[in-house]
Amino acid sequence: MNLDATKSAIEAAVPGCHLEIVANPSPSAQHSLLVDPEHALAVATFLRDSPDLRLDFCSNVTGIDWPPRELSEKVKVKQTVDGVEKEVDEVRKTTIPGFLEVVYHLFSVTHKTIEPLPLRLRTADREAGVHLPSLTPVWRSAEFQEREIFDLFGVHFDGHPDLRRILMWDGFVDHPMRRDYVDPDDYEYEPTAHDQVLKRAGQHQSEGAAK
Amino acid sequence: MDEQLKAELGKQGIFATTLQDLYNWGRKSSVWPLNFGLACCAIEMIATTMARYDLARFGAEVFRPSPRQADLMIVAGTVTKKMAPQVVRLYNQMPEPKYVISMGACAISGGPFKQGYNVLKGIDRYIPVDVYIPGCPPRPEALIDAFMMLQKKIDQQQLTGAARPRHLNAEQASEFIVPHFGAHDLEPTQNPAVWKAPLVQITKAGTDESGRN
Repeated sequence: MNLDATKSAIEAAVPGCHLEIVANPSPSAQHSLLVDPEHALAVATFLRDSPDLRLDFCSNVTGIDWPPRELSEKVKVKQTVDGVEKEVDEVRKTTIPGFLEVVYHLFSVTHKTIEPLPLRLRTADREAGVHLPSLTPVWRSAEFQEREIFDLFGVHFDGHPDLRRILMWDGFVDHPMRRDYVDPDDYEYEPTAHDQVLKRAGQHQSEGAAK
Repeated sequence: MDEQLKAELGKQGIFATTLQDLYNWGRKSSVWPLNFGLACCAIEMIATTMARYDLARFGAEVFRPSPRQADLMIVAGTVTKKMAPQVVRLYNQMPEPKYVISMGACAISGGPFKQGYNVLKGIDRYIPVDVYIPGCPPRPEALIDAFMMLQKKIDQQQLTGAARPRHLNAEQASEFIVPHFGAHDLEPTQNPAVWKAPLVQITKAGTDESGRN
């Protein structure tokens, strides 16, 4: 079943759900399905249980951090200067707010699919609205990987049976895989220093020499 | 004792030694490592103890499952920040005299994970290390070499005087700070009594001596 057919099948089975096909322009053309968080659990259950799809195996869950981006585009605007109408270039800047994304790679063991169906969920923002429904009740294999995403990206999975940090300790407050994470400056000595590391190491070296 | 005199007496069938020689010989010949591995280096450590490499030839076949009975801690593998306090605690629980071999790139400096967020950049930030073995992982021969180096080190220890080892000096600490989990990193990030950032000259084309642009 191709993605368009899958999309229509889901829309027929889960009324009110909002789906979107996220195109992948690369040669792999592995397009994915963006699901709204409210209906994600129902969609996931349908994907697993529908006899035509039977996506019974969730092989991988991963997170993506999308920090706020600024897009600048040139727009031609008609302006009246000294009574003469002119076309003037204007740069419009739009800020796309950041969000976190979770991707589930689904396969069907029953139908022996070889290509995954990537299922995407997006959070509202990167601060307060980082809640998504957990799909662990549907695919048990997602449990540890959702914990990892909770740990490293800070996505809260509602309905997860045991949502704790898995790699870092409980008192840790940061999310190391976010793009704006600043790691503690604790490598004073670097034998193969280059770029940012060289700068940091150089700073430490000069501080050490001054002492 | 004069080595030449000792050898001369030995030819005459007289065995002469010193308490220090005997003491060091006894300790170096029965170093019992702690049964403790952290990552892939531990596989090489296990291989070293097995029949092919046979660490038992050096008196170290008895890997103790308890730190209370161990003399040597082989830090074999990546020390994550989550594991570091436990490693230091195990070391503190070992009775003196105790030694540490830092095995492999990760235990020395963090290795390939040095710039990661969850890996300790060298166990020597918290506990004193006697022998470092580079490698990723080091071969069993390298571990045996480190072991022999440690034996040489033990053999040369003076029982008296200012240079006597830590376990014979009541003033020196045998326990070290166990770091605790902070909000962003381990606290403290290193034990200043044990480790200082080495001053290494970093030079690169386009930079001055301090490495700054």
